[in-house]
Amino acid sequence: MTAALELKGVGKVYGEGATQVDALVDVDLTVSAGELVAIMGPSGSGKSTLLTVAGTLEEPTSGEVFIGGTPVASMSRNERARLRRHSVGYVFQDFNLLAGLTAVENVALPLELDGMKAKRAQAIALDALAQFDMDERAQRFPDELSGGERQRVAIARAVVGDRGLLLADEPTGALDSVNGEAVMRLVRQACSNKNVAGVVVTHDSQLASWADRIVFIRDGRVVDQTAPRPDPDALLASGRKS
Amino acid sequence: MILSVTIKHALLALLSDQPKYGLQLRQEFEEKTGEIWPLNVGQVYTTLQRLERDGLVASDGADRDGRENVFRLTDAGRTELLEWLSTPDPSSAPPRDELTIKVLIALSVPGVDVRDIVQRHRRHLVEAMQQFTRLKEDASDDDVALSLVVDAELFRLEAKVRWLDAAETRILRSGPPHNRAAVAGRTSSEEKEQEEVVR
Repeated sequence: MTAALELKGVGKVYGEGATQVDALVDVDLTVSAGELVAIMGPSGSGKSTLLTVAGTLEEPTSGEVFIGGTPVASMSRNERARLRRHSVGYVFQDFNLLAGLTAVENVALPLELDGMKAKRAQAIALDALAQFDMDERAQRFPDELSGGERQRVAIARAVVGDRGLLLADEPTGALDSVNGEAVMRLVRQACSNKNVAGVVVTHDSQLASWADRIVFIRDGRVVDQTAPRPDPDALLASGRKS
Repeated sequence: MILSVTIKHALLALLSDQPKYGLQLRQEFEEKTGEIWPLNVGQVYTTLQRLERDGLVASDGADRDGRENVFRLTDAGRTELLEWLSTPDPSSAPPRDELTIKVLIALSVPGVDVRDIVQRHRRHLVEAMQQFTRLKEDASDDDVALSLVVDAELFRLEAKVRWLDAAETRILRSGPPHNRAAVAGRTSSEEKEQEEVVR
């Protein structure tokens, strides 16, 4: 089966000579459709760079990135831009919603930019908002929504249409722990229900623990990862009824 | 394993609304703790006997007739329960935490990569957090008891992970690398030790 996202030997270097920084070094990462992977690491470890390279916002200095099996390096600039609009959704800590557009207009925007008629795009956007219980707030502007509601809109925008890859950078950073958990619950549901591959960058172990797999990054290198997601029944069985 | 002192007060709390049988107390205890903490019948009856001896509960003595005893809370038991609920945890002496001790000792062992040791413990703790999070994910929205118990475990494990993060940063900033020599492949005894840390 083709991986939704694959990084092979990816390196990213900023600067040169004495100021050279190796932000990513020989990174291999594969994420399957429906799988949620968390990237954990300290500040400056390269985890956000990994996300921007995976999302084709930056080109790697070495190695290859494949999205849906297609090598990104073989694409023209326009093809990459289309790939980003059509196949990749982004969620950021500060939501990045456009203040002058309503919730439904924000969600419909990537579809309209991809050439879809406004009426149809808004109908699809409304369906996406309904999946996150936000359809009744669809006509509200971002400043009329709470932090948790804004992030729901941002997630709906990230997975609207046929997007197969969701990339999130500290998506719960601006929220309290209960709202943060609610957002991660939605990200999980989006991955499993819509068969989307998700990559979440976070330094928060509680939020990372919602992922199927956690990859640890240090000094630009992948140094470790958790075992496949365990069965919770094993935990109950070990604690119950002696 | 839940401490006997907690079982004692949990049973007093369960008897605070009405008298109950021993088996009923065990069932309610497990329901109210999200079935995370096991409690066997022997523990329940041993604790009830001690509570009765101390005058904190009273029974109707039915077991002499071959029927099961019904236990009720006494006034002294209610006073004990209310005092316990409002008494803060003793926190004057820091606990001797095995994880802390292992990292401290690793700093002084030649040939040991402390960052590698830290990462092995971090991974193990995060894997345990994944298990607890999945329990919460699968729980129904109205199962508050399970969510509370799982949250408590997650915050406890998260505190250890955050301590490891801080320890790694502090060790890196403390000067020359500490014993960075590569560690040989992990052994089954090392894995067993890590499991014990989480328990």
